[in-house]
Amino acid sequence: MMTEFLLLLVSTILVNNFVLVKFLGLCPFMGVSNKLDTAIGMCLATTFVLTLASLCSYLVDSYILAPLELGYLRTLSFILVIAVVVQFTEMVVHKTSPALYRLLGIFLPLITTNCAVLGVALLNVKANHGLLGSVIYGFGAAVGFSMVLVLFAAMRERLASADVPVVFRGAAIGLITAGLMSLAFMGFTGLVKV
Amino acid sequence: MSIFIALGAITLLALIFGAVLGYAAIKFKVEADPLVDQIDDILPQTQCGQCGYPGCRPYAEAIANGDAINKCPPGGDATIKKLADLMGVAATPLDSSQTPAIKRVAYIREDECIGCTKCIQACPVDAIVGASKQMHTVMVDECTGCDLCVEPCPVNCIDMVPLPGTVERWKWDLQAIPVRVIDANPVSKNLVETN
Repeated sequence: MMTEFLLLLVSTILVNNFVLVKFLGLCPFMGVSNKLDTAIGMCLATTFVLTLASLCSYLVDSYILAPLELGYLRTLSFILVIAVVVQFTEMVVHKTSPALYRLLGIFLPLITTNCAVLGVALLNVKANHGLLGSVIYGFGAAVGFSMVLVLFAAMRERLASADVPVVFRGAAIGLITAGLMSLAFMGFTGLVKV
Repeated sequence: MSIFIALGAITLLALIFGAVLGYAAIKFKVEADPLVDQIDDILPQTQCGQCGYPGCRPYAEAIANGDAINKCPPGGDATIKKLADLMGVAATPLDSSQTPAIKRVAYIREDECIGCTKCIQACPVDAIVGASKQMHTVMVDECTGCDLCVEPCPVNCIDMVPLPGTVERWKWDLQAIPVRVIDANPVSKNLVETN
């Protein structure tokens, strides 16, 4: 049981990394990776929301949608759940922890549009994960996303002062770097069979 | 029939979520400074962070606490004017110092140098080489770009030229120690006065 969850965690972080292998959540990956501190803020907010959203969407799916046989409404209701979770979290964090609220800042509402969040919720259903499995899957996806985002931000900070040929400057070299990272992560294929 | 169940379920879900959010909005209401809201309305909401704050709202709070109003490049002069009206302060031109400064180094135009050694004495890091009546030059790797040699030069032959960043010169800007200029030898000055 324990090893199964551990394998699931390793699988989502390294083998089936959401950004570099499944290509989900590329928008924040390219958008907020210019500076390391904003990347870290985004990572914290994403981890928070992804874990919570996968829990809530599992509950909605197994206690409302599955008994009523409304599987075709999954995408719609998951988007609703994610938006509500993000809004609710923002209110609670704003009230209870102003320091955390300032740290997460604008990234918290921006996560609503991160396709990795909806992706995790839908893949949970597809893979038939249980309650704990869903939460771990969401958390692992978030950790994998955070790790890759921080690594990429560190590289891009350094790239800013590199002597890049003019036609490749800016987004082009960023995308090439992301592609090389993705190639590197292919090396983990087959590490865990989940 | 099943379409009505679907409609009912989604409506119910939306109602529950709406109720939860409505309750949370009352329960977790944060008393905010109305001035911050007014400032936030004026700012362009691009969340670009060029002011040095992580978004428009934090900058609005900083302005309410007395920060300068001219740090918003996307808003431009129009925003500064509105902020000046609201805050009752003078409108100042846009502060572009927030964009990271390029490192500059001193450059001596060697054919104009008369070899007076004044810049050598002024240089705090010994980055200028040369002798009396000989032309001087600046060692680029040692120069800190402090501008101290520009003033003493009697023939104004020292320029500060920008030095573009390269991979070799790049370094993490994570925990830079701020450099302060301190008096070179206050103790010996006191000794002279007492003598």
